[in-house]
Amino acid sequence: MTTLAILNGRLVDPAAGVDAAKDILLKDGRVAEIAGPGKLKGKIGVETPGAEILDATGLVVAPGLIDIHVHLREPGQAYKETIATGTAAAAAGGFTAVAAMPNTTPVNDSPEITRWMQSPERGAQVRVFPIGAATRGSKGETLTDFAALKAAGAVAVTDDGRPILKDNTMRETLAAAARAGLTVIQHAEDTRLTQGASMNLGPVSFKLGLRGMSPEAESSIVERDIRLVAEVRDAHPHLHVAHTSTAAALAAIRQARRNGLRVTCEVAPHHFLLTEEHVGFYSTNAKMNPPLRSAADRDAMIEAILDGVVDAIATDHAPHAMHEKEVEFENAPNGIIGLETALGLCLRWLHTEWRMPLGRVLSLLSAQPAALLGLKGRGTLAVGSFADAVVFDPKAEWTYRATESKSKAKNTPFDGFAMEGKVRWTISEGRIAFASRA
Amino acid sequence: MTPTAARRTLFTPPVPASPFPYHPGSLLSVTDLTVEGVSRLLARATELENHDPLLRDHILAKRRVALLFYESSTRTRTSFELASKALGADTTLISSLSSSIEKGESLKDTGLTLRALGAEAIILRHNSSGAPWLLEEATRLPVINAGDGMHEHPTQALLDLRTILAHLDPRTKTCHPELSNDRHPERSHPAARDGAVEGPAFSNFREITSETLAGVTITITGDILHSRVARSNMLLLPRLGARVLLCGPKELLPQQAAGAGPGIEIERDFDAALRQSQIVMMLRIQAERLAGLQLDLDEYKAAYQLTGQRLAAHAPAAVVLHPGPIIRGLEITAGVADGPQSAILEQVTNGVAIRMAVVERALLAGGNGAPADRPSSVEPQQGGLA
Repeated sequence: MTTLAILNGRLVDPAAGVDAAKDILLKDGRVAEIAGPGKLKGKIGVETPGAEILDATGLVVAPGLIDIHVHLREPGQAYKETIATGTAAAAAGGFTAVAAMPNTTPVNDSPEITRWMQSPERGAQVRVFPIGAATRGSKGETLTDFAALKAAGAVAVTDDGRPILKDNTMRETLAAAARAGLTVIQHAEDTRLTQGASMNLGPVSFKLGLRGMSPEAESSIVERDIRLVAEVRDAHPHLHVAHTSTAAALAAIRQARRNGLRVTCEVAPHHFLLTEEHVGFYSTNAKMNPPLRSAADRDAMIEAILDGVVDAIATDHAPHAMHEKEVEFENAPNGIIGLETALGLCLRWLHTEWRMPLGRVLSLLSAQPAALLGLKGRGTLAVGSFADAVVFDPKAEWTYRATESKSKAKNTPFDGFAMEGKVRWTISEGRIAFASRA
Repeated sequence: MTPTAARRTLFTPPVPASPFPYHPGSLLSVTDLTVEGVSRLLARATELENHDPLLRDHILAKRRVALLFYESSTRTRTSFELASKALGADTTLISSLSSSIEKGESLKDTGLTLRALGAEAIILRHNSSGAPWLLEEATRLPVINAGDGMHEHPTQALLDLRTILAHLDPRTKTCHPELSNDRHPERSHPAARDGAVEGPAFSNFREITSETLAGVTITITGDILHSRVARSNMLLLPRLGARVLLCGPKELLPQQAAGAGPGIEIERDFDAALRQSQIVMMLRIQAERLAGLQLDLDEYKAAYQLTGQRLAAHAPAAVVLHPGPIIRGLEITAGVADGPQSAILEQVTNGVAIRMAVVERALLAGGNGAPADRPSSVEPQQGGLA
């Protein structure tokens, strides 16, 4: 295994409380040593012959980013994306670990599929953590074998996209997952209220003649889930609310925290940046679920990120083939890609525009999501942890072009958007998974 | 905690403008037209209507117009066809049944196929809101929206406007059901025949401005939620100075409708709305779009049916419009539909004149080839048969 030395960079490792000039030695897939500037140089070539040196002068070195909500489409939908292409996009975006949703074909509701997704034959460029289905076939009826899924490598359970509506099933899921030591992730949507709807309910949906999803369809499920968490609180369940998009849902989450319940949430970049107005003239690249909401909801996302209620930024990377999006708005599938734009948007907006300290931005993209899913040895570059790192130029400004994406898919509303912070290297367990031209 | 005041001033990504420049001949939404553009179209409709039919059919001689209809239609399809043919164009009808659409061909591919066959403009009726944008983006041909889902029906709003103007005294801003155009001289107001008021010439407004309908209130009643006619009218008429009252139960008229644009208000009491209105536009309940919504029709009729009694009591001088198809005995009684205040068939007749002007604009606007403002990334359309 190669040895890498990242020299002359600024190490920002919020979990370790470090923001200083440091040299880093990565060895055998782990962080071997961290030293003050220049201190490692003498050792290289003596103690570690053959070490590859990465000159990070002017660059930030940070723990590899972790996206806990992606759709890699394998098994079964390789025409949209594969584990190889999806993780290549992840590496290009600075991510060293992704958690893959189970809405594949077939649904990942078994240890076999969970293992299949992690097999070296998939050609993953970064670490893939499968998330298992909470119920068989994600049909919301019979619980899967959580212990077996966990043993096979699953890091959470969810029926993402097909929310668990029955109170009994959700209660059992929370209790059983707690026993297995797994997080329950809920895509909060009362699908009984969103039949035929394709965007947020409001003046814009009325004007465009599209059926709308009410904010209550999200918040009512979040509120219901929190009630169920309270009911089974003795089992210490962990509920994680995926892609939170409404002020009402965030308010419920804040209150649950105050009541001492373990309820966490993530927000996607499109939900803290864009609004229903970005649907524009029926742009299917602005169609996702949950939909782009009102400006008031978007502002509530920003506020919750800045004041620390949000636990993670997750992209909900959802690739679709070109022909699937080139259809009538109502007929287009939900979802956008996001792995290659998350860092650039977070730095451009959260850090530069809204003045969030760099360490806190990076924490939302690495340390906090790692802690949330219990990914040991990730989300930090402390000595002994996995050699998962991103090295980026924090000052570089660039324009994102969807056509240049490493993903198979190009469905994004951020085509042509200005980005800040360009990834120079992504290092996954000591191996360079992505390198851009200097 | 970040102070709320600071958060309010945060700059966020701007909303994109139109994603691509339309073909100048396209008519996808009434909001595509300036007030001057509306004025020109209505003036041209009158000119074309009065044109010698034998000379008129040279205007678009042998030009190819495709009518692409994903939904059934009587008035709109026939009037577009008659309008196109009156100007000499060749038309072809493609309906979702009996075409490759049944076999699963996408709208994009159908549009490209029609373009390859030499279609120079496509008139689209589609059950999905926004479909005309997709077709225009795929083909870069002039596309005329003949009704898209629950969204818009711009030519209907234009023909409604023409009908309204035919009954409006421009000096007093009062409407006269009995005043009409020349085709019904027996129904003309005596004063109009005597030349005491501008009578039949009302339809010949020289120029339409943002003041033309100032002081005029138009009530639109019924299934607003599912109506593309309502949306096009509520987005067009206030720009000419009109006040639009929307009327209906909350299931069919969500409160958000008032936010669709300026000059739009909600008045749930039909009688109160009638008392304020010179024009009453009735809409059908769109059973095909109710999506499981249950309505008590007896209750609905009691509150919103336009009956002779109601009309006589609250709006004895109002002009009654309906885009059709009418369901007699539901939203409107037969007596009112056939009565002296009804201009429903005039609307149909006006449809041909308006659509002549719109089809002519589609094929003559911006010349024959690719307009200069097309994005270079898109293959310019060479207009196969010109």
